[in-house]
Amino acid sequence: MNTELTGIIATFLLTLVIAIPLGMYLAKVFAGEKVWTDFLKPLESGIYKLSGINIKEQMNWKQQMKALMTINLLWLVYGFFVLIFQDKLPFNPDGNPGMTPDLAFNTIISFVANCNLQHYSGESGVSYLSQQYVLMFLQFVSAATGIAAAIVLFKAFRDKTTTELGNFWEFFVKAITRLLLPLSIVVALILTFNGTPSSYEGKDQFISMQGDTVNVSRGPAAQMIAIKHLGTNGGGYFGVNSAHPFENPSYFTNMVELIAQVIIPIAMVIAFGFFIRRKKLGWTIFGVMTIGLFMLLIPMLSSELGGSPALAKMGISQTTGAMEGKEVRFGPAASAYWATVTTIISTGSVNSMHDSTMPMSGTWQLLGMMINSFYGGCGVGLLNYFIYLIVAVFISGLMVGRTPEFLGHKVEAREIKIAAIITLLSPFLILAGTAIASYVFTNYGDAGWAVQPKNWLNNPGFHGFSEMLYEVTSSNANNGSGFEGLGDNNIFWNLLTGVIIFLGRFLPIIGPIAIAGLLGAKKFIPESAGTLRTDTKTFALMTFAVIIVLNALSYFPALALGPIAEYFTMLK
Amino acid sequence: MKKYIIQSIRLTVVLIVLLCVVYPISVAFMGKMSKGNGGGEKIIKNGKTVGYALLGQSFTKPEYFWGRPSAAGYNAAGSAGSNKGPSNPDYLKDVQSRIDTLLKYNPGIKKSDIPADMVTASGSGLDPNISEAGAAIQVARVAKARKIDEQKVKELVAMNTLKPFMGLFGPSSVNVLKLNLALDEL
Repeated sequence: MNTELTGIIATFLLTLVIAIPLGMYLAKVFAGEKVWTDFLKPLESGIYKLSGINIKEQMNWKQQMKALMTINLLWLVYGFFVLIFQDKLPFNPDGNPGMTPDLAFNTIISFVANCNLQHYSGESGVSYLSQQYVLMFLQFVSAATGIAAAIVLFKAFRDKTTTELGNFWEFFVKAITRLLLPLSIVVALILTFNGTPSSYEGKDQFISMQGDTVNVSRGPAAQMIAIKHLGTNGGGYFGVNSAHPFENPSYFTNMVELIAQVIIPIAMVIAFGFFIRRKKLGWTIFGVMTIGLFMLLIPMLSSELGGSPALAKMGISQTTGAMEGKEVRFGPAASAYWATVTTIISTGSVNSMHDSTMPMSGTWQLLGMMINSFYGGCGVGLLNYFIYLIVAVFISGLMVGRTPEFLGHKVEAREIKIAAIITLLSPFLILAGTAIASYVFTNYGDAGWAVQPKNWLNNPGFHGFSEMLYEVTSSNANNGSGFEGLGDNNIFWNLLTGVIIFLGRFLPIIGPIAIAGLLGAKKFIPESAGTLRTDTKTFALMTFAVIIVLNALSYFPALALGPIAEYFTMLK
Repeated sequence: MKKYIIQSIRLTVVLIVLLCVVYPISVAFMGKMSKGNGGGEKIIKNGKTVGYALLGQSFTKPEYFWGRPSAAGYNAAGSAGSNKGPSNPDYLKDVQSRIDTLLKYNPGIKKSDIPADMVTASGSGLDPNISEAGAAIQVARVAKARKIDEQKVKELVAMNTLKPFMGLFGPSSVNVLKLNLALDEL
């Protein structure tokens, strides 16, 4: 078997070896049971004390969401001003300029929302202060926000009937001290000892072997790259993200970064099963998500390893596969695996340029982001999946003619309405956003923005449409990767994607928590022979069907106009 | 509500100290013990920095092995891929002209010997590596330009080839910068 394929198989197996025990550990941490990291308790008590937080205070779901929104809005204000004034603030050894208000608006929403869509380039667009005190800070806390929100949902189903869902601040702080920070230290050290810069030295200059003067951007990158993956953020230190030899020096670091970005999303699913004392449900969800991963991965591998049909016609050798936009040290197989993982779990970091992947690969990347719950982002992946679960429960209930129930709680009109709104939100934002962009591109090509609409696209034809569709889909999914050929740093894209990211982040957090809060407060109905069990293979299949049907109906026309049309034109 | 605002502000300040001061500085401190002292490993020749081990450089002279096409011109102040789509006609013209250039400067090779990595731009624009096939098509040219034996050049290529990780995982690759340094030292 070739070493490129053994490489990705080994990466996936190692991921499971780490993620599954991590999930069991997380269930214990958040249930307050004894774990070996309890030596960190004094640190946590210190944080609570300095912040004036009493973790014994129980919150209902509304209070949880108020706390979540308050602190998130605070970060928006704080970060916005630092980014605008970064040129006047300290730690700017390369003398980078302050951001324009629209770029700062986009960037700050993007990082608060765990999206990390970047319309600036790391080397020239931000100071060291912004990189660490705003962007890296938000990579930690936005991931912790997602995890804490998921734990609130866990709490709603642990006990039979309850409105007391624990303390938001406790979940949030523990997500950092027991999970994100310790793992980040480990990953950052692995990276720095394999060549990633971690010191605060500024740009360097040298004369190359052929006598060219070359400038080298550096800085404390390893620290940020660790959390960008663990927290499924994806915002890179350098412009080209993990394709940059400093961000991702070798095949080994590539494996480490790939593992780092998937372990927490998988662990959260396993933790869910253990936490609510229904392990089988956790494993069932994990099974559906894993099948989803392979259904996107295998066709993507086949189109990338097959190479470009256009280059094949020119008569060159493509023994390893398509290489445009890819790095030799990773090769097409590890790049395709990365492209799959980063789109299904909302990381959005890249180790190859998605804009240059084969047309059908683009389809699978887009579909991964549209579904957005095969593992999904830190915490939020499970929340997205929960909505599909509720819809599946409802449809199954209709099919067998009973009142739908989920884990012993009746699912009624109010919950279904919320689930329906959240389900419709994604297609609405993605399709309307792409439509507006296409309209502006065709009708207002000469608008006097930083990049004129007629010059937005880096590629003509169907591929150009895919660039716009990808940008909007990535924003809604809080993914953050891009078809980076798109000229996106102008007021139109900054505002459009900023708004989409915000709505695509917070409504799909609040919706599922509201449903869980409402369900958790209802009377518990013991299981009987007539109960629709949600941890069976039949129900797993049902959920899978719901996911496929909803997404196919919503997005097939848009995909057909972009990557699928390009695929067929290349067959000629 | 007011309570949440105050708690949010205080918690944010505490976490900034932990996550933006304590964490990165302790990693930077330990990073000082790494090969490049945490600033990226440099390659130094006669007391002068001639490059970074991880970053590719532009090579155009016939006596050097060439790296991959770069959308960033190998200037590590920035980084960039071409972001050209697979069906873009301009892009396909670029590829064709790269093929023609390789054929012109490496007489004796066939089109079907040229591996894809030598005619496509890398993701970062700073890719330090080429494939083994990419090195193989250049051996004759380099040997002729330097007036040395082809066998000697082949040996150097083999010495600068990085095998798959642990012999099992991922592709093999040739580091162009290290290979060219080794050539100069002959």
